[in-house]
Amino acid sequence: MIINGVLVDHTFAEAFSMKATRVVITAHTEQWAFNAAKSMTGFATSVIGCGCEADIERYLKPSETPDGRPGVSAMLFTMGAKSLVKQLETRAGQSVLTSPTSALFSGIDGGIRIPLGKNLRYFGDGFQTSKVINDNRYWRIPVMDGEFLVEETTGQVNAIGGGNLLILAESEVDALEACEKAVLEMRKVPNVILPFPGGVVRSGSKVGSKYPALTASTNDAFCPTLKGITKSELSPEIESVMEIVIDGLTETDIKKAMKVGMETFCSIGAYNGVKRISAGNYGGKLGPYHFHLQEIMND
Amino acid sequence: MTDLTLTMKYRPDQRVDMSPITCDKLAGLDLAEIAAIELQNGKRKLRVDELFSISGSDVGKIHINNSFSKLDYIGCGLDGGSILVTGDVGAYLAMDMRAGEITVSGNVGIYAACQMKNGFLQVLGDVSDFLGSALPGNKKGIQGGTVLIKGNAGDRVGDHMRRGMILIEGGTGDYCGARMTAGTIAVMGETGRNIGYGMRRGTLLLWQQPKIPVTFGDCGTHTFSFLPMLFKTMAKFDSKFSDSSQHFNRVHRYGGDIAGIGRGEILVRVGSA
Repeated sequence: MIINGVLVDHTFAEAFSMKATRVVITAHTEQWAFNAAKSMTGFATSVIGCGCEADIERYLKPSETPDGRPGVSAMLFTMGAKSLVKQLETRAGQSVLTSPTSALFSGIDGGIRIPLGKNLRYFGDGFQTSKVINDNRYWRIPVMDGEFLVEETTGQVNAIGGGNLLILAESEVDALEACEKAVLEMRKVPNVILPFPGGVVRSGSKVGSKYPALTASTNDAFCPTLKGITKSELSPEIESVMEIVIDGLTETDIKKAMKVGMETFCSIGAYNGVKRISAGNYGGKLGPYHFHLQEIMND
Repeated sequence: MTDLTLTMKYRPDQRVDMSPITCDKLAGLDLAEIAAIELQNGKRKLRVDELFSISGSDVGKIHINNSFSKLDYIGCGLDGGSILVTGDVGAYLAMDMRAGEITVSGNVGIYAACQMKNGFLQVLGDVSDFLGSALPGNKKGIQGGTVLIKGNAGDRVGDHMRRGMILIEGGTGDYCGARMTAGTIAVMGETGRNIGYGMRRGTLLLWQQPKIPVTFGDCGTHTFSFLPMLFKTMAKFDSKFSDSSQHFNRVHRYGGDIAGIGRGEILVRVGSA
């Protein structure tokens, strides 16, 4: 499939089952809600080294938040339920509880309820109090700037992680600028996050390594500097490859984000250096979810 | 199917126990069976049809017309459905209520919403003492649900209150929120003496400055983000509490009762007289 000169590979992105949750962080200003959310979702690009994958989902208007203040919604993804609970609690405690004027709420009504403020409340050293509002319990923890309000639980749901797009471009700048545009559009899709810095990853990996201690290593087939010395996937004109990784709550959400991303790449076109769109997979043997690029574009 | 309507034929001298007349207890009964139910009246029993003329058949919605202040235990243990009372009622209205809705157009006697578990009680008139309290000797007063009083309330509102919300558009008597364990009592009018006496936890939310007992500590003026959320839940009521001009998030906080564990709070609207 070729659109505007951009070749869309006949391949698929292979993705995995994950557990996810969403929280809503509010504060006195949008900037302070962002500060808390940025810290909470920091160092969370990949479950391999960070314990979870997390990112800000979107900004929320005061009319969209429980306490009528500006806010941000953020999502966390992990491979298992236990690690999600641990990561959420640690990050909420160190990054949101500590952030001036912040309040923290559940962002998912259904699902299995997991602790949000349930254990954080003990920071109050006995001075914490709770309020049940609309059948939800909120903890009021006295802190130095006033009071930290946190909902007792949030929802844990099944989710999908590892949807991805590879963009193959004529230069590093072409790849980067195309990714920036695509990320901007993809982040408008609800229920998905792009956990890597700026939404883009340049160090895509393959499973395994020549070094026994490592479970993953550089994806040499897509490294342009190795074109002549390894079994490369790259044609001679490709000088740079970048990847956008997508975690989402459902297959539909990830497909939507991938389609938006691919449409953006195609609209930039081969004339501007975007030559090809591909995706990372493991031959379909590891992940239960296969996102076929051409099928998504035809939907 | 029209609502089951019980209209009082006369006013007996002795008090009447109305606890057998709830939506859940009448479910499945035909009119003849309802008519034959016996209500305790002093030391004797009265058939329902001796006391009331009966019309309608939908027991999920009960109307009690021409009610007066000797009808006790209306809606006691109600577990769903609605009861609309025209007139005054006696003691123990909505006691142990679990679900459903009760509205009273007149005034109400002592121990309304006593040990109520859930549901919604609305009184358009005044209520007497011990609203939302525990029975003598019991340790748990109202344990859930919402009580909305459009008039005034007597002494000991929410004595031993455990959870839920009591909203009073008027004022209260003495010992409002005494021995509260949790929950919220919001009072727009004046409150009496010894507010929050023995209060353990919970919130007294006041529009008027009360006389603060010496066993409450002044914690200063603060802005609380939970207050707008609390007020948002009141928007559905036909009440002054749904009027956004009455809402606020800045309050003066008094903590106590520090003669006890002292985790309760009296929050007074900033700018109140």
